[in-house]
Amino acid sequence: MSDTHAESIPFVRETTLPQAAPPTAERGVYKWGRENLFATPANALLTLVSIYVIYVVLSAILPWVLNGVWNAGSLSECREILAGTRGGCFAVLVDRWEQLFFGFKYPSDQLWRPTLTLVLFFFAVAPVLFFDLPRKLLAFTAVFPFLAYWLIWGGPILVPIVALVGVGAGYVVYSRLVAQSFAGGFFGGIAAAAVVWFLGGYLVDATTGPSSLLDAVPSRDLGGYMLNFMLGVTCVSLSVPIGIALALGRQSSMPLIKWLSVIFIEFIRGVPLITLLFVASVMLAYFFPPNSTVDLFLRVVIMITMFSSAYIAEVIRGGLAALPKGQYEAADSLGLDYAQSMRLIILPQALKISIPGIVNIAVGLFKDTTLVSVISMFDLVGMIRGPILASTDWNGVYWELLGFAALLFFVVCYGISQYSQWLERRLATDHR
Amino acid sequence: MTTLTDPAKGAFRPSMLLYDTRYRSLTLQAIAAIVLALCLMYLYSNLADNLRAAGLNISFGFLADTAGYDINQTLIDYNSQSSNLRAAVVGILNTLLVAFLACVTATIFGVLAGVLRLSPNWLVRKLMAFYVEIFRNIPVLIWIIIIFTIMTAVLPAPSAFRGDDPDSSMLFNLAAFTNRGIYIPGPYFTRGFGLEGNGGLNWILVIAVLIGSLIGTRAVTASANAKQEATGVRPKTLWINLAIWFVPIIVVLFALGLQWDIPALRGFNFGGGIQIGGPLIALWFALSIYTGAFIAENVRAGILSVSKGQTEAAAALGLRPRRVMSLVVLPQALRVIVPPLISQYLNITKNSSLAIAVGYADITATLGGITLNQTGRAIECVLLLMLFYLIISLLISAFMNVYNNSMKLKER
Amino acid sequence: MTEAVKTPAQMAVSDEVAISIQNMNKWFGSFHVLRDIDLTVNRGERIVICGPSGSGKSTLIRCINALEEHQKGSIEVDGTLLSSDLKNIDKIRSEVGMCFQHFNLFPHLTILENCTLAPIWVRKTPKKEAVETAMHFLEKVKIPDQADKYPGQLSGGQQQRVAIARSLCMRPRIMLFDEPTSALDPEMIKEVLDTMIELAEEGMTMLCVTHEMGFARQVANRVIFMDQGQIVEQNEPEEFFNNPQSPRTQLFLSQILGH
Ligand SMILES: Nc1ncnc2c1ncn2[C@@H]1O[C@H](COP(=O)(O)OP(=O)(O)OP(=O)(O)O)[C@@H](O)[C@H]1O
Ligand SMILES: [Mg+2]
Repeated sequence: MSDTHAESIPFVRETTLPQAAPPTAERGVYKWGRENLFATPANALLTLVSIYVIYVVLSAILPWVLNGVWNAGSLSECREILAGTRGGCFAVLVDRWEQLFFGFKYPSDQLWRPTLTLVLFFFAVAPVLFFDLPRKLLAFTAVFPFLAYWLIWGGPILVPIVALVGVGAGYVVYSRLVAQSFAGGFFGGIAAAAVVWFLGGYLVDATTGPSSLLDAVPSRDLGGYMLNFMLGVTCVSLSVPIGIALALGRQSSMPLIKWLSVIFIEFIRGVPLITLLFVASVMLAYFFPPNSTVDLFLRVVIMITMFSSAYIAEVIRGGLAALPKGQYEAADSLGLDYAQSMRLIILPQALKISIPGIVNIAVGLFKDTTLVSVISMFDLVGMIRGPILASTDWNGVYWELLGFAALLFFVVCYGISQYSQWLERRLATDHR
Repeated sequence: MTTLTDPAKGAFRPSMLLYDTRYRSLTLQAIAAIVLALCLMYLYSNLADNLRAAGLNISFGFLADTAGYDINQTLIDYNSQSSNLRAAVVGILNTLLVAFLACVTATIFGVLAGVLRLSPNWLVRKLMAFYVEIFRNIPVLIWIIIIFTIMTAVLPAPSAFRGDDPDSSMLFNLAAFTNRGIYIPGPYFTRGFGLEGNGGLNWILVIAVLIGSLIGTRAVTASANAKQEATGVRPKTLWINLAIWFVPIIVVLFALGLQWDIPALRGFNFGGGIQIGGPLIALWFALSIYTGAFIAENVRAGILSVSKGQTEAAAALGLRPRRVMSLVVLPQALRVIVPPLISQYLNITKNSSLAIAVGYADITATLGGITLNQTGRAIECVLLLMLFYLIISLLISAFMNVYNNSMKLKER
Repeated sequence: MTEAVKTPAQMAVSDEVAISIQNMNKWFGSFHVLRDIDLTVNRGERIVICGPSGSGKSTLIRCINALEEHQKGSIEVDGTLLSSDLKNIDKIRSEVGMCFQHFNLFPHLTILENCTLAPIWVRKTPKKEAVETAMHFLEKVKIPDQADKYPGQLSGGQQQRVAIARSLCMRPRIMLFDEPTSALDPEMIKEVLDTMIELAEEGMTMLCVTHEMGFARQVANRVIFMDQGQIVEQNEPEEFFNNPQSPRTQLFLSQILGH
């Protein structure tokens, strides 16, 4: 391995130095070309090779895209229209776009629901991603999960309302009690929420009837790119609080807490996501009470959340470690207790420096949601490899479909990573 | 934060359990332990109930049963009459094989791309940035499937090589790229030991000679260093090192009668030589280019982290560029590059579990796939699978710790 | 000494004991940092601690508000024994203010929020009242107009004055300073020292690790010299500077005053 370095790095050394030459922008295209493309014979060769590579790739892709067929009912129809010329059969995207985005079972007349959810989602994340927006917008972010649940799964509206009221009650109790003691606020809040949910459960049971505005859609009918999106968003949001708890646990001075956190984190990070998905699909059900039916979607969410929370915990641990010791000491010397100093002093700062790292984890996780196709869930990749490529009409349209999937992921992941870089630059110059 | 004075004289009060720093953490841990134990007991009782209801038990006896399925790419002898355990071992070896191959090529791709991203050539820089962004931002599973599709849907079937005027022809008459895999010439021995098997002893001999050469060159370098320290003049070592590397191995290979088995079309398929199956190639290549994009970023960051002042300072001391590189820049850049590189190796190993998506028989596909489905031993199979990956991860991170510690020592 | 000059000793010092440290020892692992420290500080007294680097000055005052634990002996602050009882620790911390060398302001909070945080969460003061108190003390350290800025936007001297105001907002009865001026540029040192002098004149009990000998002469009732974890010498400033007893003190003073 060090051999490769020994050979390649001297090469860098010779060629990086000229890079520091004075700006050449104003000296004309010809000069720029000479200095940036043909400075030395080796360099000129590299340029020619690059141009050749670009030519090969473009000459393969461009005619295929430009000559593509967008209107056909099947691959054979495509071939007829192309009549022997080279071209993609993008008609499959037109024909099957519903399946690609929503899976093959979501009721077609209800597709506005996930679409609306997606639009609302952008409003909900905006205040989280951009600190400059008014903080009041976070109120919508708090309501969004319940709204999204109802829009996507439908069913009686009382369920998300009871859930929301429970959380609201918990929050009110928490904010009343937290000034006295964090533990009191925390457990009081949980207790209040539990009471509301318990009572609300009776209410929901009592009112089962046809009165639901939106038809219920079971989890197994979710699919396509929507499924990737939902898994990514849900699991990342759930795993941030768990990740915080794990990171604090790993820093704890209590050996039991510390070692539990370490074992959990290292265990999760040591196994591939696939094995955790196997746990979700074949093993987890054994650990729920007999006769309970926890659907596959929920089991997968549980496992992916565990997975990403371990990685997020490590990012946050880095953020905590980056804070100067003086911050802890100042908080102590003012008489703040552990919960207060974490909540008011340490975590706000540590989380802020961790955001770029968390965003990177989120990108990785979003890409990893494609793995659910291995345990026969029909996400975007699952849809392509399963129902669409297996259909008689479209058997054999690999490139159009795989290229489309790649494009969808690229757009989202590249966008998020650009955001993360922007944020990093901003945090670096932030005076706070 | 906690304060300890001489033993408190006052009597013990229950409130001290929570408000005395000596007991507080014990109390909290005891509560945590109780909660944890309750959770585990709850999960365990559910498990027991569910297993009883399904008439199952936990037992690893199935490992000794006949596997009953075939694996087309194996490193050790295996047939469908072998046990599940042997199938798992085949899977483990296949995992290690693809992980090893992918680590090597990913490093090559990554170092090349990372170095080229710093090239003064604008076009090359942009092209490499394009490579990195494209591969990092598209799921590796999609890459695996794309390359597998190229293998199966684009490459010709073996039958296309048949006839007087075939549609496809072999590369230099040595290698064939078909949708059943790639066939390349395979070496074999005509003399020597253990020819009945696959010449295992001969291979050991070859490896031993190579190790001997390695030790020999090390010794030459050491004696050159010693001479340089003593006299100040560094003797030329290039030719003697080349000789130590090449002469013994050539002699040995010649003595053992090395021959190449060229693949050729036999019946419906190619025979002879070494067959590398399509799934292996898809997985290997996809993991390499995908991880290579990440490694490229690490390499670039590592090289950039060595400030220019360092190079200049070394050059000002009169060191020649080659020595500047090997004595000053490389050690510093490696210190930044190696830790993330090792965690990329770990990622490769874990991502190799995606083999199951293209039917490469790694441990996830054998133990976690076919064996699990045939025996229904879900819990046992998944546990063993996780255990295997955990051990690999622990080994890799132990190695990383050793490396980091040795670096830390040098920092002082 | 004439009537007109107000000597440190004449500023009000009561007989009431504020801090009493007896036979206190502390180890870091096997390293004995503090040895048999005995120190009594009366209410209103102003004490300057000096000594070579590594002598344990910081450790001593950090033990007083339990930022470090001591292993042997006793520390009593305002009649509260510093024991393993969390309530005692909390009580002592809320009565003892501390200023650090590197200010340790909370960078994510505004100056005003820095000052109101502890009163609101520890003292449970209503927010309005906390803001009034904070503005009062910010005026006292002469930076009320910066209340809505963030610490990163202030100069070092201003930050240290905010740190003092932040401690004062808890209405401490004792203030600890750990080299409050040693991270500052010379022109900023004066503004911080002026603030501290003003505080001293109001009768605050102060323990101050500093090498500002002018400050020691002007305000201290007593100067303590520490070396290798021990209190080597303590005396009134005039005596201490003009007539040091121990050779170690003489050496230290010659080094610090010499240049
Ligand atoms: N957390 C710690 N662990 C181990 N040793 C420590 C720790 N903190 C301080 N020490 C050691 O204790 C000794 C006293 O430290 P202290 O900070 O009290 O010195 P100081 O008198 O304040 O010095 P300075 O003038 O440099 O601030 C030093 O030798 C230091 O290395
Ligand atoms: Mg100090």
